[in-house]
Amino acid sequence: MTLSLSSRRRSYPSRPSRVYLMGTCLVDSFFPQAGMDAIAVLQSQGVEVVFPQAQTCCGQPAWNSGYENEARAVARRQLLAFAEDIPVVVMMGSCAGMVHLEYPALFRGQPEAPQAVALAARTYEFSEFLINVLDIQFESRDITNLTEQRVALHTSCSSRRGMGVAAEHRELVGRLPGVQVVEPKRVAECCGFGGTFAVKQAEISAAMAHDKAMAMSATAADVITSADCGCLMNIGGTLDVLAAEGKARAMPTRHLATLVRASLDQTGGEA
Amino acid sequence: MNSSTSAFIELKTLVDQEEHEFADMQARHFKARASMALKNETLRASFRGASDFLMGKRQSVFPDAVELEALRDRGEAARQRSLAKLPDLLEQLETNLVANGIQVHWADTAEQANQIIHGILDANQADTVVKGKSMVSEEIELNHYLEARGIECLESDMGEYLVQLAKEAPSHIVMPVIHKNKQQIAQLMHSRATTPEGDPVPYSEEVDDLIGNARAILREKFRHADAGISGVNMAIAETGTLLLIENEGNGRMCTTVPPLHIAVTGIEKVVQSLSDVPELLTLLPRSATGQLITTYVNMISGPRQTDELDGPEQVHLVLVDNGRSKIFNHPDLKSTLQCIRCGACMNHCPVYARIGGHAYGSTYPGPIGQVVTPQLGSAGGLAVHGDMINACSLNGACGEACPVRIPLPDLIRDLRAEAVAPLSRQQNGQTHVEGSGSKRTLAESLIWQGWSLVHKVPWLYRLTTRLMTRGRKLMPARLAPWTNTRSMPKPAAYSLHELARKAGIAAQASPVANSRENNNEQ
Repeated sequence: MTLSLSSRRRSYPSRPSRVYLMGTCLVDSFFPQAGMDAIAVLQSQGVEVVFPQAQTCCGQPAWNSGYENEARAVARRQLLAFAEDIPVVVMMGSCAGMVHLEYPALFRGQPEAPQAVALAARTYEFSEFLINVLDIQFESRDITNLTEQRVALHTSCSSRRGMGVAAEHRELVGRLPGVQVVEPKRVAECCGFGGTFAVKQAEISAAMAHDKAMAMSATAADVITSADCGCLMNIGGTLDVLAAEGKARAMPTRHLATLVRASLDQTGGEA
Repeated sequence: MNSSTSAFIELKTLVDQEEHEFADMQARHFKARASMALKNETLRASFRGASDFLMGKRQSVFPDAVELEALRDRGEAARQRSLAKLPDLLEQLETNLVANGIQVHWADTAEQANQIIHGILDANQADTVVKGKSMVSEEIELNHYLEARGIECLESDMGEYLVQLAKEAPSHIVMPVIHKNKQQIAQLMHSRATTPEGDPVPYSEEVDDLIGNARAILREKFRHADAGISGVNMAIAETGTLLLIENEGNGRMCTTVPPLHIAVTGIEKVVQSLSDVPELLTLLPRSATGQLITTYVNMISGPRQTDELDGPEQVHLVLVDNGRSKIFNHPDLKSTLQCIRCGACMNHCPVYARIGGHAYGSTYPGPIGQVVTPQLGSAGGLAVHGDMINACSLNGACGEACPVRIPLPDLIRDLRAEAVAPLSRQQNGQTHVEGSGSKRTLAESLIWQGWSLVHKVPWLYRLTTRLMTRGRKLMPARLAPWTNTRSMPKPAAYSLHELARKAGIAAQASPVANSRENNNEQ
């Protein structure tokens, strides 16, 4: 049993033989290759991956908008889809936070409360699982052939303050061979995504996204990475527009899992 | 007309224009107010600068993260201890205040509080009042009430004084005039303030001059005022003491120079004993302004005694409820009352940093304002203030900064649920805030019902994502408001569900789960 890098002091199980992957609905439609990368990364560590076809969405959009019944109806299906008592690895910090931190409140006083509490307890964010449970390592034999890549890390608010895995994010990217991690100015500030916030308060959201995109552009990194695709779509989408206007650099965005897999493919990883 | 006169008129016009802009903003609804603020570059610069400065100051006085967390634990415990015994502590407070010669008044509503304060002033023929900073007096709109009854109320905190001069409202609970820069303040003082000799205050952008000029004006007022009104940071039940912290000395002036002192505060400010004070004072100035302690810490324990040379002849405390009992009676919302009014939540809020305090259109802005305002008795509830609770990305920065660990993001989400509560919940008596359900619209509730239907039926969800990924070429190129400032995200050709299935990734952990899942998908 290992302890979290952060001050949250969550305790972790030893390496399991099987895990569930919760892809999340954003990854499902917009970053599916990152999902396949996450599966490959987990398999490379000798862990069998189960991807329930019955999974849909964690229910967070409705929950954060105050539509509790609608959120619960959707969350209830996830309790069934991830029913077996094995760890659930979630590809986004915000969805991990929804299950790990909010499901107990969402099902408070409901018949499914025990299952919700149990699922919450075995749910982990991607970088958290790779570092604290699998302690993933990368062989650096071919590093001389790698051109160093500057990676701008965006840790989402839900990863940083909800799941408390900012240190795990940094550690994971820091372990990638040939990668230099850079972080933007005001690193802990929200990018302005916030789910329905981006639509309901579009002007405020856009002002926040603008500032984050400019800070990202100023890092002059080769790529932006995050475990949260909402943030990536927000920051990357804003940079696309700013770059077209000649105000910022266009920068590609990649889910953490994609960067990790690329490193494993280049250097080979220890299983 | 000579050039200095025309320059004066020019500045006066600028200041008048700011006053009109403020009034214009306040007449609009939340989104329009926020939009106005976002377009005002001077305002944006003021708030961004203030936010960065105050976050840095706080950081510098809490260098050890582990110790900070321990201090926050103790602050939270101190507040929860007091709230757990609130009714008893209030009784004890009254007994001990009265024993100390402080007269105690209870106000259920803002209107009652104003009537009580006016009654005390009236009984003492007091028609000039100097005020120390008090957010509760802003909450009950005391100045308007008294001025309408012929009583002059002069704000004596520098920030409040300037806000009053500008005919605006505070934009921050600790730093009321943080929305104005030095030039704007110089223009304001020059065009609207007059020296005790009756001349316009000379134009200067030097901070020492600005403070010195205000001090000269205020000293005269302190000397001649019939009464002083102040707020309270903590009321100590065991000793019957009122604690007031401040940096300018105006609080001490207001509470000691005039013959009559009226303190006004919310009922939640009571703590049990003096030993609770250091727990909270360790956190309050550090969290607010990054100070280890404020310049003045006033402990008010009664009126002037016969053998004393100074101090007021009468001291009154007005304890205001204005919705607080209702908050107290709800198990989750109760934590709203833990607040010690440090303002750290607004200093750390990325939304507040961009729209500033006035955009909220409420006495209390920022995260704590979003939580407390709809629950106050006099503010109009969620029907009036239900929009501002959507101005939050739930990023959690406020909750992380709060020295007494109020779960602000959770409370904001709870209030969203209240605002869109379905009729059934209202009919079952499961709503708790004025205006519950008032933000529920047919269109939005249908969207969420549709969303819920698609996502609670796995095959329907897979069909929907299949249509979206296969039909990605048919997706619109623009979808406002997202694409007003962003490119349009493109769905992938195949969803992860499809890729995983094609790659033969196990869909069930075991045959047991398999049959259960199939049963549930019928």
